[in-house]
Amino acid sequence: MQIGRFRVPMMASLLIWALLWEIVGRLGLTILLPPLSAIAGRMAEIVPTPTFLAAAWITLQAFLAGNLIAIALGVPLGVLMGRSVIADRMLLPWVNLFLSAPLTALVPVIMILFGYGQTTIILTVVMFALWIIVLDARAGVRNIAPSLIEMARVYGATPLQAFLKIHLLAALPEILAGIRLGAIRAVKGVIIGQLLVSIVGFGRLFELYSSNFLMEHFWALILVLFAVAFALAEGLGYLERRVEYYAAARH
Amino acid sequence: MSTLITEQPIAVAPRPWTDHALLHPWLLRGLSLALVLAAWEYAGRVPISPAFPTFADTAAAWLAMLQDGSLLRALWITLQPLAIGLLISGLLGVAIGVAMGLNRLTEWFGAPIFIVLQSAPLAALIPLLTFAYGIGLTSKVLTVCIMAMPVIVLNAFNAVRHTPGSLLEMGKSFLGSKRQLILAIVLPAASPVIFAGLRLGAAAGFIGAILAELLITPTGIGDIITYSQSIADYPAMYAAIATVILFSVLFIELLEWLEIRLFRPDQRVPR
Amino acid sequence: MTPASHASQAAPAAPPPRPIVQVERIGKVYPGGVEALSDLSLDFPEGQLTTLLGPSGCGKTTLLKIIAGLIEPTRGQVLVDGQPVSGPGPERAFVFQDFALLPWASVLRNVAFGLELRGLAKGEREAIAEQQIQEVGLKGFEQHFPHQLSGGMRQRVGLARALAVDAKVLLMDEPFSAVDEQTRRKFQEDLLALVAHQKKTFLFVTHSIEEAVYVSDRIVLLSRRPSQVTRIIEPAVPRGGDPDAIRRHASYLDTVETIWRGLKHYVD
Repeated sequence: MQIGRFRVPMMASLLIWALLWEIVGRLGLTILLPPLSAIAGRMAEIVPTPTFLAAAWITLQAFLAGNLIAIALGVPLGVLMGRSVIADRMLLPWVNLFLSAPLTALVPVIMILFGYGQTTIILTVVMFALWIIVLDARAGVRNIAPSLIEMARVYGATPLQAFLKIHLLAALPEILAGIRLGAIRAVKGVIIGQLLVSIVGFGRLFELYSSNFLMEHFWALILVLFAVAFALAEGLGYLERRVEYYAAARH
Repeated sequence: MSTLITEQPIAVAPRPWTDHALLHPWLLRGLSLALVLAAWEYAGRVPISPAFPTFADTAAAWLAMLQDGSLLRALWITLQPLAIGLLISGLLGVAIGVAMGLNRLTEWFGAPIFIVLQSAPLAALIPLLTFAYGIGLTSKVLTVCIMAMPVIVLNAFNAVRHTPGSLLEMGKSFLGSKRQLILAIVLPAASPVIFAGLRLGAAAGFIGAILAELLITPTGIGDIITYSQSIADYPAMYAAIATVILFSVLFIELLEWLEIRLFRPDQRVPR
Repeated sequence: MTPASHASQAAPAAPPPRPIVQVERIGKVYPGGVEALSDLSLDFPEGQLTTLLGPSGCGKTTLLKIIAGLIEPTRGQVLVDGQPVSGPGPERAFVFQDFALLPWASVLRNVAFGLELRGLAKGEREAIAEQQIQEVGLKGFEQHFPHQLSGGMRQRVGLARALAVDAKVLLMDEPFSAVDEQTRRKFQEDLLALVAHQKKTFLFVTHSIEEAVYVSDRIVLLSRRPSQVTRIIEPAVPRGGDPDAIRRHASYLDTVETIWRGLKHYVD
C-alpha cells in the first residue's frame, strides 16, 4: 500500500491486528482471548521449558522423517509417471483421489495398525505430503521441452545420464514446488496427527492446556506454531524463487 | 557428407503403447483398481494385522450398513456442519477475496492474515472452538469454516488481482466504466480460479468436518468410525472411512464438472 | 518535418489532408527511469494509414498507447480532432497485438463488446456486430469461441470489434505479429481494401519493413529509446491493381531497401 510516496510494507498490517487483539484482550470481553502481551509473556516463559522443547523436538522429528519419506517415495514415483504412460494411467487416479480426499479419516486406521505413537504421526505426515510431491514431479517431467530430450539423445546420452542430467534437473522447479507444498501440508499433517493421537508432542500439550483452561498457554503455543509454519512456507518459497530463473529460461 | 553417416542410425523413441488397444486408458484404470482391491483382499487374508479386514468383509459390512440405513443417516449428519460451513465460507470467503483484489487498502489489511493462515496448522484451533462453543453443531461448522476459508479467500484474491492486463486495457480503450470492467471482465476472468478455490475449500472443509467428528464429539460417520473401532468391528470401520472418502472425492468431481458447465462455455463446446 | 525522401511521384495539387491526430512534444519515462520517448512531435493526416516503424523496444507501442489514452505521457500532449486526450475516447479504437479477446465469450459477443460497454441494447449491437463479422469474412463463426479459431481469425475478431464501434481512428498495435506468414499476407491485402473504402484514419505499429511499405501511405521511422522521429517516408507504391504486383514493384523494393539501410545500424 502507498501512503503518499511512502510504501507501507504488506505485513505491517499484522501490527494493527496485534494492536486490536491487545485492546480486545484488555477489555476482558471473553476469557478466550487474553491480551496479546500476556500471551507473549507466557510464550517467553514456556518456550524454554524442557516439556516444550521435548515436544518441539519430537514434532520436528516426525515432520522431518515424514517429509523425507514422502520425498524419497514421491519424486521417483512422479518421474516414473511423467515418463511412462502405463504407470501414469494406472497410478494417476489414486494420486488424484488421495490428493483431495479427507485424509483425516484414514488416521484412525493408521492408529489401529501402528499404535498410538510416533510411527502413526510420521505416517500421517507422509500421507499428507506425498501426493502433491508426486503430482508436481510428474508435471515437471512432462513439461520438459522435447527438444532438450532430443538434444541429449543426439549427443549420445545414456539413459542414466539423461535421467540425472536432464530429467531431474529440468524438472527441478516443479519438483521443488511440490516439496514446498508438501511441507506445508506436512505441517498440518503433523499437528492433526498429534491432535488425534493426543499423547505425543504438542498434541499432549494442547490436551493439557485446553482441559485446564490455560488460555494464555494455549495461545502461546498456537502462535509459536503459526509463526514457525509461516516462516517455513516463506523460507521454502524463497529457496524456490532462487531457481525460478530456470523455469523462466526453459519456456 | 557420406563420412558422417554412422553405421547405427539413431533410434526413434519407441512408443508402441500409445495406441495399443489392450492398453486403453479405461482398461488400465480398471486393472489398477482390480490390483489394489486384490492386494487389499490378500493382505486381509494373511492377515497383516488383526485390525485389517479383507476387502470382501469390508464390502459386506458396507452393504449391511447401507441396507439398514445407518450409513446414509450418518452421512446425512456429517454433511450438515459441512454444508453450512461451506456455504458460509464460500459466500464470505469469495466476498472478502474479491474485495481484497479490487481494493488496495483492503488487500493491505486482509491479505497478510490469510497468507499466514493458509500455511498455519489451523486444526490446532479446534480445542479452542470446543471450549468456546461447546460440543454442538456450532463448533463443527466453525471447524469447517476455518479449514476452508483461507484457500477460498486467497484464490478469489489472486484471481481478481491477476486479471489479464490486455483484457483490462481493451475494456478501458472501449470506454468501459469501472463497474462495467469489474462485471464484464474482472469477475468472469476470475471465476474459474475462484471456483477452483471453492473446490479446494470443499476438500479442506471435508478434512475439517471429519476432524471435528473425531476430536469434538463422535457423530455421523465419525461415530461409526469411533464406535466400530471400540468394539473391534473393523470391517464397519473401514467401510465408513471408505464411504466418506469416496463421497468427498465424488463431491469434488461434481464441483469440477459444475465449474466447466457454469463458468467456461469455451471449454464445453466440442473441439 | 523531414521532407519525404522517396515520394517520387509529383504531389497532386489537392490540399494536404488535415492532421486528425497531433502528437506534441511527448515524453515518457517509465517508473524505474527507462525513457521510452523524448520530446516527440508528429502529425497523422486524416484518412491515411500511417505506420510507426522502428527497432524492437523503441517505444512505438508506448506512443500508440499514449495516443489511445491507455498510458499517461510524462510530458507533452496528444490532440485528436483538436481536443487534448485525457483517456480513451469514442473516436479511437484499438486493435491489440495479443487480440485481447474474452475467452469465455462467443465471437458475436466479443465483436459486440465495445458496443455492450457503451450500453447499446442487445439486439442493436448484435445486428452491428453481425455486419462487421461478415465484413471481416467470419460469417458462420458467430457462435464459436476464440480458442476454436486460428490466430488469424482471432485477429479478425479483434478488427471487427474495433470496426463495430465506428471510430474515426483505428490504432493497430502489431496486429499481425502473432499470425503466421501466409495469413499475414492475406491480412495485409484485406487491410489495404479496408483503408480504401472505410474512410478512416489508421495508425499502425509494426517492426516489419516489408509490411510497413506494403500497407502504408506514410511510414514514420523511429530511433532507438528514447525514441525520436528520424525520418518520414511516403512510399510511392501503386495501389488498386493486383495486390501481389505491389510486392514486385520496383518502388516497393527500393523503399524496403532504403529503410533497411536506414535501420541497419540499430541492429547489433
